[in-house]
Amino acid sequence: MLQLEDVHTRYGNIEALKGVSVEVRQGEIVTIIGSNGAGKSTLLMTICGSPQAAAGRILLNGEDITRTAPYDIVHLGISQAPEGRRIFARMSVLENLQMGSVPSGGRHFEEDVQKVFTLFPRLKERINQRGGTLSGGEQQMLCIGRALMARPRLLLLDEPSLGIAPILVRQIFNAIVEINKEQGLTILLVEQNAFQALKIAHRAYVLSTGRVVMEGAGRELLANPEVRAAYLEGGQKEVA
Amino acid sequence: MLYFLQQLINGLTLGAMYGLIAIGYSMVYGIIGMINFAHGDIYMIGAFVTVIAFTTLGIVGITWMPLALMVVLLCAMLFTAAYGWTVERIAYRPLRGSFRLAPLISAIGMSIFLQNYVQVAQGANVKPLAPIITGGIQLGSDGSFSVGISYVQIMVIVLTTVLMAAFSFLIAKTPLGRAQRACEQDLKMAGLCGVNVDRTISTTFVLGAALAAVAGLMASLYYGVVDFFIGFLAGVKAFTAAVLGGIGSIPGAMLGGLLLGLIESFWSGYFSIEYKDVAAFGILVVVLIFLPTGLLGKPEIEKV
Ligand SMILES: Nc1ncnc2c1ncn2[C@@H]1O[C@H](COP(=O)(O)OP(=O)(O)OP(=O)(O)O)[C@@H](O)[C@H]1O
Ligand SMILES: [Mg+2]
Repeated sequence: MLQLEDVHTRYGNIEALKGVSVEVRQGEIVTIIGSNGAGKSTLLMTICGSPQAAAGRILLNGEDITRTAPYDIVHLGISQAPEGRRIFARMSVLENLQMGSVPSGGRHFEEDVQKVFTLFPRLKERINQRGGTLSGGEQQMLCIGRALMARPRLLLLDEPSLGIAPILVRQIFNAIVEINKEQGLTILLVEQNAFQALKIAHRAYVLSTGRVVMEGAGRELLANPEVRAAYLEGGQKEVA
Repeated sequence: MLYFLQQLINGLTLGAMYGLIAIGYSMVYGIIGMINFAHGDIYMIGAFVTVIAFTTLGIVGITWMPLALMVVLLCAMLFTAAYGWTVERIAYRPLRGSFRLAPLISAIGMSIFLQNYVQVAQGANVKPLAPIITGGIQLGSDGSFSVGISYVQIMVIVLTTVLMAAFSFLIAKTPLGRAQRACEQDLKMAGLCGVNVDRTISTTFVLGAALAAVAGLMASLYYGVVDFFIGFLAGVKAFTAAVLGGIGSIPGAMLGGLLLGLIESFWSGYFSIEYKDVAAFGILVVVLIFLPTGLLGKPEIEKV
């Protein structure tokens, strides 16, 4: 479904991605792990065209989207719940969801909003609250909900568990698996919470300073001693 | 009391015009964080289009006032909006993403260009407009002083109120307004939501210019003269109004405009007309000392 071929991305003089090749197939959950500054968020943003890749190609179902404008990429079926959540702070929960439904022109709004509320009932209680006053976890739910409102074929999630209580983390990961299983939605997931993220992944990549240093099935990487040493230290298993 | 009433009416009229221009400054600042120095000159173009359109209609023989006014209003808004759109396209968009001062300098250049362009095309002399709407209503008199509201003033206040209501609805309730607010809050995220940000920014310039055009129409009817330089002072005043109300805030721009108009009018009425600008800017300074983000500016309290 999505192919990145030798993608380079730079911010001025800094090269954040130094030739990354990643593939996401229809119906998969693909996880990307890596330490701070490895280029994970940059990778997701590059897929969305903001910033655009300096070199290499990005293909969506065979179509080259490397030079496509960000807002057109969303219309092609890729939506993102970005790093930092980026909720529209001075808009209500409902309006944030309406912003999510821009690509579908708001046609299936009622139906889609009900789906989001089934997934995250908390949002329904907060429907008229301003985005900026939601708790961190609620913002995360809204962020994922907003991305789902676009009716994507590929959903990009950037650290959905960041700064969230363990119980909510589990709820969010369950929701991810559920969307993937029931709606067949393809998901590309970036996580620091490597244990959980690898557990639910069909396949995974390890990114380090702008390069893919390892790839394989989720379980495989989970069992890999190097990965365990680098990304699963410090009792992260217990958090799960 | 009568005198007070008269100053109030004059102040509201003036303030309505400042407010309409100020919205353009505020919206553009809100969405791309730049001060569009050419906005005052866009207003000046609106005033010129008004004069030219009225003159043309007079030649053609359309003199029934309500019809003429409607036609001129539409012409002024359309032409001026086209100027606003073009300015953004050629002078600001190519500079987006370059260093912060570049669009600002480009805006100053655009302002000078528009002034010179009108000066060359229309001449440097003051252009008079024969009174179109004359007369008024006398509200009261005590022998020596009589207070009245002219029909032009009524038109200014009514038209501004209607436009503001329509405009607030547009911003608060329509998908276009929602996209506009989204871009204002987080341009990048709005793009990730599928909003065509370039088009939304263009729309912002078009809307701001159209409102400034209405102010230009009002000013040319109210004062009866236009020249290529009127955009400068009106622009500075409206910008002040936008800052006073809290730059980035649309209701703030309107409120700031009204206050500025009232301050000027009362100051000239009760103290001295020479120092009215000093008073206006003095109050701006005082407000900014206590409320750095302006009256209705958004203090960033939200966690994002
Ligand atoms: N807008 C930017 N301008 C300049 N450099 C940037 C920018 N965004 C990211 N970088 C740099 O690019 C590199 C990769 O950043 P990125 O945000 O992709 O890392 P990440 O893997 O998502 O890290 P984290 O786990 O901390 O979120 C970092 O060195 C970072 O400093
Ligand atoms: Mg990141």
